[in-house]
Amino acid sequence: MALLQITEPGQAMDPHLRKKSVGIDLGTTNSSVATVIGIMTDTIADASDRHLMPSVVQYLPDDQIRVGHSALENAVDDPLNTIVSVKRLMGRGLEDVRRIGDHLPYEFVQGKSGMPLIRTRVGDKNPVEVSAEILKALVARAEEHQAGALDGVVITVPAYFDDAQRQATKDAAQLAGVHVLRLLSEPTAAAVAYGLDSGAEGNLAIFDLGGGTFDISILRLTKGVFEVLATGGDSALGGDDFDHEIAEWLIQQSNSCGKLSQNQIRGLLMTSRQLKEQLTEHDSVDVVLDIDPLKWQGVLTRDQFHTLIDPLLEKTVRACRRSLRDAGLSGEDIDTVVMVGGSTRVPRVREKVADFFKQEPLIEIDPDRVVAIGAAIQANVLVGNKADDEMLLLDVLPLSLGIETMGGLVEKIIHRNSPIPIAKAQEFTTFKDGQTAMLIHVLQGERELVSDCRSLARFELRGIPSKVAGAAHIRVTFQVDADGLLSVTALETGSGVATTVEVKPSYGLEEHEIIAMIKESFDRATDDKEIRALNEARVDASRMLDAIVSAMAKNADELLNDREIAELNSGVERLKEISAGSDTRIIVKETELLGKLSETFAGRRMDISIKNALAGQQIDALEQGID
Amino acid sequence: MNLKQNYFELFNLPVSSQVDQDDLSGRYRELQYTVHPDRFAAGTDHEQRLSLQYTTLINEAYDVLGSDLKRCIYLLELKGVEISDTEKSAVEPAFLMQQIELREALDDVSQAQNPLEELENMRNQVNSILFTLMADFTALLADESASSLKPATTVVYKMQYMTKLINEIDVQEEELLDY
Repeated sequence: MALLQITEPGQAMDPHLRKKSVGIDLGTTNSSVATVIGIMTDTIADASDRHLMPSVVQYLPDDQIRVGHSALENAVDDPLNTIVSVKRLMGRGLEDVRRIGDHLPYEFVQGKSGMPLIRTRVGDKNPVEVSAEILKALVARAEEHQAGALDGVVITVPAYFDDAQRQATKDAAQLAGVHVLRLLSEPTAAAVAYGLDSGAEGNLAIFDLGGGTFDISILRLTKGVFEVLATGGDSALGGDDFDHEIAEWLIQQSNSCGKLSQNQIRGLLMTSRQLKEQLTEHDSVDVVLDIDPLKWQGVLTRDQFHTLIDPLLEKTVRACRRSLRDAGLSGEDIDTVVMVGGSTRVPRVREKVADFFKQEPLIEIDPDRVVAIGAAIQANVLVGNKADDEMLLLDVLPLSLGIETMGGLVEKIIHRNSPIPIAKAQEFTTFKDGQTAMLIHVLQGERELVSDCRSLARFELRGIPSKVAGAAHIRVTFQVDADGLLSVTALETGSGVATTVEVKPSYGLEEHEIIAMIKESFDRATDDKEIRALNEARVDASRMLDAIVSAMAKNADELLNDREIAELNSGVERLKEISAGSDTRIIVKETELLGKLSETFAGRRMDISIKNALAGQQIDALEQGID
Repeated sequence: MNLKQNYFELFNLPVSSQVDQDDLSGRYRELQYTVHPDRFAAGTDHEQRLSLQYTTLINEAYDVLGSDLKRCIYLLELKGVEISDTEKSAVEPAFLMQQIELREALDDVSQAQNPLEELENMRNQVNSILFTLMADFTALLADESASSLKPATTVVYKMQYMTKLINEIDVQEEELLDY
C-alpha cells in the first residue's frame, strides 16, 4: 500500500528550503540511518530493501573497501581483513582490547596514540578509520535517498560511553566529512521515538541491550522536555556476549582442546549466533557442529541457554536498580518501560525486565530501528526545520570526572548524572619556584583509585608566569558540552594570563593526527580538494546567513537600532554576493566578519529570551498557590 | 551576557532559603528550553558559545538552588561570608558528641538485627535534625542584622556534618543492598 504523505500544518515548507538531515545509529552489530519525510520518520532501506546495514568493513587487496552485507559475507573467509564490532574498540587502549580480545580474530598492533591498530592487508587501520567507513556508507545511502548533500546528522552513542569513546565517534564523523549536529544517547533517542508517538508524560525507563553495549536510562517527560534523571550500564556487555557463552559451551561439549584458527572462531561465533536466534522461536534446537577439531552433535535447550546468559542478565538488572536509585525513584514510579536493541528480542531478556519493573515493556517500534528514528526526529529539529518545536532533550554526564591527586587517588570534579552542559573550576598552585608548566591527569569513573578508573587524557598547562612556589594560582575549568565531551581551559588568576593547554588523549587521536588522516584521504580521493573546501565554505556561509536572517526576522526591530539593522543587512547582502563567487578564502573571511558583526545581537537575543522565559512564572506560581 | 546575575535572579525567584522544588524544576525547564545548545545547533558559532555558557550557568544554579545545603552556603556567600573547611570550631561540643554517637551507631549498623530498618531510622533522625537546622537558618537570615551571620554560619557547618552523614548512610545502604 502506498502511503499518502500529508504535511503537518505549518510545515508546508518549500522542499528546496527544507534542510536535509538524518539520524544515524552507529551500532556494534548493525547500523541504520533514518530521516523525517513529512510526518513520517523511518529508516532508509538499501536497493534490496534492507533497513539494517551490518557494521562490517572489509579491506580488499586493490584498496577497495566493502561495507555492510557484502563485507559480512566474507567475514568467515577473510577474518583478518574484515572488521566486525569495531564499536567495541572505540576509545579503548590495547590492554582493554586484549582483555575482551580473546574473541576478536584480528592482529593488533600498538599505535602511536594509545589506540590499537588492526593489521590488514592494506595497512594498519585504527577503529576511528573503520567507523568512518561505516558512516560514509550510511551517508551515501541517505544522500542518494534525499537526492543531495546532507546539512547535518545526529549520531547516537550508548549513554554509558565515556569521553574517549564519544570523542572517537565524533572523530570518525569528522573523518567521514559529516557535520555532526549532536551526539545523542541511544536510550534518549528511543525515548523520543516513543514519547512523541504516544504524547506520554511521566517517568520512562529505557532498557537498551545491543550487540556490544548495555544502557539503562531513567527519564522524566514533561511537556515535550525529556529530562534524563540517571543513566547507567556497561559499555562492554551485549548480545555478542550471549554468542560467546554459547560458543564456550559448545567447546566444552565437544571436549576439544585443540587451538582454533581465526576462521574457525569466526565460524563458531556465527553458529552460536544462529542458535541464539533460533531459540527465540523454539524451545530447543539441534546442533550439528563440524568445525575440525570441534565435532559434536546434540541439543541446546532454551533452559540451558538461560543458564548460560542469566549471570549476564543479572548484571543488567543490578544496573537498573542502581539507576533507579540515582534517579531517586522506585520501581512503582516508572510509568513506561521501553525495549531497545536487537538483543531485547531474546525472550529471557524481556522476561527479566518485566519481572524487575513489574510491567510489560513496550516493543511496538522495531528495537533495531527505534534509535535511528529518534535520532532523525532530533536531527530534523536541530537542523532548523522545526524551529518552534516543543521538544527538548536534557542529558546527563554518565560517569564522574575526576583528576589524579597524591597517592594515586582520584578527586571527583563533576559527579555522574549531573545535567550537561556543565563546568567546574578548580584552583591549582605551583609546587616549585619558577615552575611554568603543570600536568593534570583527568580520569572518568566512580572508583577511588586511579588504576580503577578510565584514564581520559593528560592536560599539559604551559605558559604559567614564573613565580615562587605557591604564588601562581591557576584556575582550571573543566567544561563538558552538550555532546558529553570534555574540554579544559586554564587561567593564571593573578596575572589573568591564559595558559595554553595541550591535550594528550590516553586512548584517542590528537587533533593533528585527525587532520593528517583527512588530508591523506583527500590525497587518495579523486575529487578535488579545492572544490571540497569551496563547498564547505559555502555551506558555512549559508548556515551563518540562515541563522542571522531568521533571527532578524524575529526580533531585529525590538533589539536593534536603525543603524545596527542597516549594518547587519548590508553584511548579509555582501556575504550572499561573495559566497556566490568562488574565492574560498574571501568567503571564509566574510563569514567570520559577519559572525563578529552579529555578536552583540546574539547576546541581546539570548538575554531577552531568558527574561521572557520566566516573565509569566511569578503569576503561575501564585495561581497554583491559590488552587 | 549578564553573568553577574545571582542564581535567584536568574531563576526570577526571591532571594530566600526556602525554594519550592516543583516550581524550581518548572523554571529550570523553561530556561533550558530557551537557551539550550540544541536551540542553536543551526546558529552561529557565537550563539553556540553563549548558549553553552548560559546553559552551564543555569545547570550550576539549578544544582545550588535545588540543594538545601548548597543554597544556604550560597546565601551566605551573597552576604560575603565564605565557608571554609577549617573553621568549624564554632560548633558546640554537644553537637559534636551527638555527631560522634550517630557515627558510632552507623558503624555498628551492619551487625544489627535488621540493618536496613536501622538505617532508615537513622536517616529519618538525621533528616529531622536537618529540617530543624534549616528552620534555624531561615530565622537567622530573616533577621537582617550582621550579628546573625555568625550563628547562621555555625548552622551551615552543622548542616555540612549532617549532610555528610546522610551520604554515608546512602553508601552503607548501597553496600547492604549490593548495588
